[in-house]
Amino acid sequence: MGLSRRTIVHLVLLAAALAVPLSNDIYYTRFATQIAIYGMAAMSCDLLLGYGGMVTFGQAAFFGVGAYATGMLTLAGFHDALIVWPLAMLAAMGFALVIGALSIRAQGFQFIMVTLAFGQMTYYIAQALRDYGGDNGFTMPRRNTFAGVTLANHVLFYYVTLALLVIVLFLCSRLVRSEFGMVIRGRRDNERRLAAIGIPPYRYKLALFVIAGAVAGLGGALMANHARFVSPALLSFQVSGQFLAMVILGSAGTLIGPVFGAAIYLVFQQVLSDYTDHWMIFFGPLLVARVMFVKEGVWGMILAALRAHEPTPAPLPAEEGAAE
Amino acid sequence: MTAALFVEQLFNGVQFGLMLFLMAVGVTLVFGIMRVINLAHGSLFMVGGYLLVACVQATGSYWVAVPVAITGVVVVGAAMEVLVLRPLYGRGHLDQVLATFGLTMFFNEAVVVIWGRLPLNVAIPAALDGSIQIFPGVHYPVYRLAITGAALVCGAILYVVIVHTRLGALIRAGSDKREMVEALGVNIGLLYTAVFALGAAFAGFAGMLTGPLLSVETGMGDPILILTLVCIVIGGTGSIRGALAGSLIVGVFDTFSRVMLPQIVGLTAGTAVVGMADYVLMALVLIFSRTGLFAAYRG
Repeated sequence: MGLSRRTIVHLVLLAAALAVPLSNDIYYTRFATQIAIYGMAAMSCDLLLGYGGMVTFGQAAFFGVGAYATGMLTLAGFHDALIVWPLAMLAAMGFALVIGALSIRAQGFQFIMVTLAFGQMTYYIAQALRDYGGDNGFTMPRRNTFAGVTLANHVLFYYVTLALLVIVLFLCSRLVRSEFGMVIRGRRDNERRLAAIGIPPYRYKLALFVIAGAVAGLGGALMANHARFVSPALLSFQVSGQFLAMVILGSAGTLIGPVFGAAIYLVFQQVLSDYTDHWMIFFGPLLVARVMFVKEGVWGMILAALRAHEPTPAPLPAEEGAAE
Repeated sequence: MTAALFVEQLFNGVQFGLMLFLMAVGVTLVFGIMRVINLAHGSLFMVGGYLLVACVQATGSYWVAVPVAITGVVVVGAAMEVLVLRPLYGRGHLDQVLATFGLTMFFNEAVVVIWGRLPLNVAIPAALDGSIQIFPGVHYPVYRLAITGAALVCGAILYVVIVHTRLGALIRAGSDKREMVEALGVNIGLLYTAVFALGAAFAGFAGMLTGPLLSVETGMGDPILILTLVCIVIGGTGSIRGALAGSLIVGVFDTFSRVMLPQIVGLTAGTAVVGMADYVLMALVLIFSRTGLFAAYRG
């Protein structure tokens, strides 16, 4: 059959991402690292939002827990990423299990309010950690090592981050198309019918919530290493809102779209803040305009353009095409 | 805890609860009638605080400043409703939440552009400065009593409006069965703007009352909004009675937990536990009742 257009687009994107350090300007490499990290966190939001239909306004909590766990373990003398990062993910999953078990009892609007509230609670917990700088946060003395190799080199750290992003993207795309993913999507579309055929939705929602928490936690672990600085600001509700904005800018329910969304968000932020300190005064209305006037995110537009040029549309293009 | 301290904290708690209620009224009315969750409600609280500072500086009189500032908040709120929220009725939750989140970004930065990043202070009105003895041995700041009084007056006004006016009847009908009100030929657009402006006035007034107690700064409304959402989840979404009950519960609980928890679990652990207390309370309510104590709207 040859390569589908979509596969070609994926390969081009991957090649572009791999080529970033060739610019020889470490600034771009660090910026791309930031995009990959936020992209991973936004993707965790998309798992809940795009596939579970759950609008969570508290995803920054798990991002922050991952970052704090990483920083604290590093300060405690654990330096190997292969130990620290999985533990950071476990910590985030623990928080997600408790917060999810309670939040999922709420529906619709209430779910938004409750996740927002529990996110704020986690923020206050981080703020109360006086031994870890309280409100000011703390600095990580150095990056973790990966199987003995230090990640201090920005290019190496970028490639590790990118590799993890691709792996997580692959695993998540398998997950949402698995039997588990079908139940999740089925529940999103009609929870009552799902319950009627004997599948209890609660545990599936909770499992999804915990998985999304793990992905966000890994993003947080990478963020702590990237910035070598951890503070309660990582857990603020603005960060949760940012993740949602990234998902929407890139197209919900596509997994790779939110990575695009993260790129758009961060590029906008960077470009606008070159002109003004007050970039939010422009970005806020832009977000409002995006919601009001544009129906589709960037990745959705790209997919639509690809479909328009597809010579022979396969049956069920949305399902089949999404396979890779 | 001595009886004097208990009384003082009880007063503080009720005052804080009433402040939260002024915020919660707007959020719960807008939600109950328009089915919109407005994250920018905290911005109205903040705009109220800033407008009060500006008006006091310009006129030197609280009697002039407060009505002018309230009018300003109502105008801002009505503009918000017409320009941003109106096109979003009937859209999904996500669109509404993101658009109003965009609004908070805008407002938080706009006040920085206008008034600068440094927190502003506004003095307590001279007539309300000082403290009086409310119980033998208990001296209580006059200003805090005045806030409690003002909030109670607001509650009374709200009660009269909701129960005894045509607008109130429409609001009650609208939160019960919106489609029916629309079908009866009521100008639903105007009703929505009126409800929103009413909520904005209360939120702005809460910001004005809080201004002299804390400082006025960017983002000051956001943590208050989140705590308001906790009150609403506890009280039951869309119900004014629920909002009042939830606000008073959270206000009193929050105040007492700040005083007592550090004594019980020690100072270091105390700060962390205090930050969690309100949310643990919300979690407990969620475990025992998914819809809160006085749910008006299910689903």
